[in-house]
Amino acid sequence: MSPIVLLRNRRVRELAYQVICVAAVVAVGWYLLSNALANLAKQDIATGFGYLGREAGFVISETPIAYEPSDSYARALLVGLLNTIKVALLAIVFSTVIGTLVGIARLSSNPLLSRLMLFYVEALRNVPLLLYLFLWYSVIIFTLPPVRQAITLLPGVYVSNSGLVVPAIIWNSGFWVAVAAVAIGIAAAVIWFKVVRHRRITTGKALPGWPVALALLVLPVVVAALLFDISGEVDWPILGKFRLTGGAHLKPEFVALLVGLTLSASASVAEIVRSGILAIRKGQREAAKSLGLSDGQAMRLVILPQALRVIVPPLTNVYVTTFKNSSLAIAIGYPDLVMVSNTIMNQTGQAIEPIALFMLTYLILSLATSALMNWYNGHVALRERQP
Amino acid sequence: MSEQSAMASDMASPRRQSGSLKAYFGTAGNSAVTLICLAVFALAAKAAISWLLVNAVFTGTPEDCKVASGACWPYLADKLRYMLFGIYPFDEQWRPLTATLLFIAAMAVSGIPRLWGRALIAGWIVLLPLLFVLMAGGVFGLTSVPTSQWGGLPLSFMLTFVGLVLALPLGILLALARLSNLPAIRILAITFIELVRGVPLISILFMASVMLPLFMPEGVTIDKLLRAQVAIILFAAAYIAEIVRAGLQALPRGQTEAAQALGLHYWQYTFLVIIPQALKTVIPPLVSLFIGFFQDTTLVTIVGLLDFLNTVRTALRDPNWQGIAVLEGYLFAAVVYFVFSALMGAYSRFLEKRFRVGHD
Amino acid sequence: MALFRTARRIAAAALLLGTSVVAAEAASTLETVKARGKLICGVSMGTTGFALADAQGKFAGFDVDVCRAVASAVFGDPNKVDFVMTNINTRFQVLQSGEIDILSRQTTLTYSREASLGIDFGPAVFYDGQGLMVAKSLGINSAKELDGAAICTLPGTTTAQNLADFFRTTGKKFELVVFENPDENNNAFFSGRCDAVSSDRSDLASIRAGSKSPGDYVILPETISKEPLAPAVRQNDSNWRDIVSWSVWMMMAAEEKGVTQANVDEQAKSTDPEIQRMLGGADDLGPMLGLDKKWGYNIVKQVGNYAEVFDRNLGEKTALGLSRGPNTLWNNGGLLYPPPFR
Repeated sequence: MSPIVLLRNRRVRELAYQVICVAAVVAVGWYLLSNALANLAKQDIATGFGYLGREAGFVISETPIAYEPSDSYARALLVGLLNTIKVALLAIVFSTVIGTLVGIARLSSNPLLSRLMLFYVEALRNVPLLLYLFLWYSVIIFTLPPVRQAITLLPGVYVSNSGLVVPAIIWNSGFWVAVAAVAIGIAAAVIWFKVVRHRRITTGKALPGWPVALALLVLPVVVAALLFDISGEVDWPILGKFRLTGGAHLKPEFVALLVGLTLSASASVAEIVRSGILAIRKGQREAAKSLGLSDGQAMRLVILPQALRVIVPPLTNVYVTTFKNSSLAIAIGYPDLVMVSNTIMNQTGQAIEPIALFMLTYLILSLATSALMNWYNGHVALRERQP
Repeated sequence: MSEQSAMASDMASPRRQSGSLKAYFGTAGNSAVTLICLAVFALAAKAAISWLLVNAVFTGTPEDCKVASGACWPYLADKLRYMLFGIYPFDEQWRPLTATLLFIAAMAVSGIPRLWGRALIAGWIVLLPLLFVLMAGGVFGLTSVPTSQWGGLPLSFMLTFVGLVLALPLGILLALARLSNLPAIRILAITFIELVRGVPLISILFMASVMLPLFMPEGVTIDKLLRAQVAIILFAAAYIAEIVRAGLQALPRGQTEAAQALGLHYWQYTFLVIIPQALKTVIPPLVSLFIGFFQDTTLVTIVGLLDFLNTVRTALRDPNWQGIAVLEGYLFAAVVYFVFSALMGAYSRFLEKRFRVGHD
Repeated sequence: MALFRTARRIAAAALLLGTSVVAAEAASTLETVKARGKLICGVSMGTTGFALADAQGKFAGFDVDVCRAVASAVFGDPNKVDFVMTNINTRFQVLQSGEIDILSRQTTLTYSREASLGIDFGPAVFYDGQGLMVAKSLGINSAKELDGAAICTLPGTTTAQNLADFFRTTGKKFELVVFENPDENNNAFFSGRCDAVSSDRSDLASIRAGSKSPGDYVILPETISKEPLAPAVRQNDSNWRDIVSWSVWMMMAAEEKGVTQANVDEQAKSTDPEIQRMLGGADDLGPMLGLDKKWGYNIVKQVGNYAEVFDRNLGEKTALGLSRGPNTLWNNGGLLYPPPFR
């Protein structure tokens, strides 16, 4: 058969298209790669991930895990990654709470309140996050006094343009026992609420919820305190020659980034919650009211659980975006993954490997967040079908 | 304006009863909310008036501003041109000014749906090269100004607008590829889209500014501005692809079938029947995306381009004003971003309503 | 269809107009520069005394003058330069890629940069060292007293590393705040977020000169590293490197021989054979490098000798108020030692 006849065959044609496309992508990729290799070789630029094992040699201002300049670049990157996760997770939690409240308040029957909330949302959505980050950071460092004139809020609690310092507890022993006790208490309380609910659904009888839950919370802690040796001492911040030493520190770079990320995400969450609630039909609210539920109860027990179904998928986007936005840390000196990678890029002179590495990391973080939220969404959707 | 149109859409919600006093003081709880809100309004208004007017410095030197507790207007007056146009040659700044005004006017005209058509598109095709020539010079007796000296608001507009206009065709192709029933093409499209959407814009900008030069053959260089522009185009294309895909998937399948029955082949029915309809439904989300990207272009600050945010920031470098007018600069920039974004947001809501009416 | 067609048209038009892809065949840098009619020089994002654009967008500074000297050598016109502001973390890439012809940006000459970054350095134009600056009100006289202090710095190649090393050897602790950008770095220092700021001493002087009240800050005596600042060019173009190097040495030699901007016309008639060779009166040195015979004359006439360039941008009468320090001629006990012109 001649090629022309072959091309009339649809399947042959489709195959040809695909082969051409893939070949084009491979060719362009190969071309760029060979350029890069040629350039790197010609200019004697070092390549490879060998640098990861070498000594980092620089100090990082916030280290959630132990880190010294004598540690490796790999460990420095891990510190950066943990800083990224720390600030993004906190921003996600805070923005979800604030955003939900603002979203509900947006629908308040009180025009003043809904207008105020509308302004909140619009002011955050129409101004770039990066500008806010610069603004919050400038506000902190220029309006608060330097650390030697720190404001004493409470005994041991200092605020200055070097951040917030509070007394910390240094555990001598029994730290993990205490953590376990609190965890057991929370788990027990959660289980108790499930029992209460199940009983109410099956028998219609109400059991005491909060009093028992509180008791369950406190009990393991008391038991642990009696049985084990749990002791610690308070580490009070002391004003040294330059800084406050001791205590727990909240750095201004971290605070500015957290505030910026939280506010920006909360505006998005508010809009999602608002449209989620609006998507629930009016009848639901009226039915809840006619059952004698108060406004708050109707919202908490009837409307929000149903709205969740509509809310969760777009919420996933907000969470993923928050992770990605945390990379703006570099603008205000918070040592996140990008900032640490940047320092490494400067020290090693290698650009491709560090950038590829942090892009891959963000990709994994994004996919993981999506996967987790999809799982949760499936969970919510399934629950909805139960009696 | 954004407030009003958003309020208008809220009016549809069943719980709104504005107008009557009951809405403000219905129950004890409601009265408390009203009082708290009024207090917030009053405090905010008082703070704003005393900062902007009462305690502000209107004429004077940096020293006057340093002692005053209010806003420092002389700073804005002194630095306005730098903030708007960056290091563009001072005597030539009428050129970016004219270009910006022309662009804004053209955008405003293009916003009128009645004018959408070939004439408008032809207008843009004439205007864009004109704006470019106005900025770059080198002909008609205009001095040549290299892109390394472009900056400020025109640069922000350019990065956003050129970015989205060029990303649109790429995004459409990507969306089609993602919905294609040819597996290899689908996989390539999905890989690109998810890869780009999974990483922060800053990493793509880093890649463009640091890595891209290494991938070019020897002797070929792409200037810094264009590299950032390419990064923004690729980034925007992935997001546009997802919006267009949603539009394509929302179209009734009958459209495709009818077109196929007419004997049109893939490219014909796709570009004659499907894409025009899909694009119409996705215009409002595209406008929202436009607002997002207008704000996202501020990230080029981090790779050292003098966009509007960066000119505002670097204006503070002047030793005379060091540490005196930090808030003024940022608040001014915030107001500018707010006005443009809110205008476009209001426009996007207007379109949404119009299209909804059109469909019913 | 119409929409698509137009989008395509707009794209094509914009691509034709908006791009500035310069496809230079692998010619030598000198040929490229001459063909272009302009030198492209990478400078910093704005550092008082080294490279700063005024309100009219005109650049001035020490690094700027180095580029102007090369432009004088190549074109006989110090204004045939376009300045590109480069970022601290992309400066080498823009040089490698050919976007700029010279990187003149307070950049330290080091072994690993020459060996692994695909660049070559010219001679050091300024012998510098990393130092620390604090507010006078702290009452500190030595960096060794900075135990427990917060120090702001930029992510320079080894700035953070040098600090860590210095404090490790003295057994002291410190908090390091790294900023991507000089503006945030300086603001953090002036506002008191940090007790000290660390950078090259010349850069510290520049930060101080850019402050509201320069008298309030003091640069501590310790120099914790050696930082010979030098212009850089792409690797493997020795002709271009020679032109840059000898342009720098020309300025130093002119100072050594007492040739200044003001007296260069007189000196051109001097009987000193080396001055004759430098200024193009005898022995055609210029054409050996592909330059005009009068290249040396042009540099001195249009830009000045080293002392003049230093005094104009960094010297004691400027806002930076730097003394010559090690940057004096070898016969005055300094480190500047231009090789002979013969």
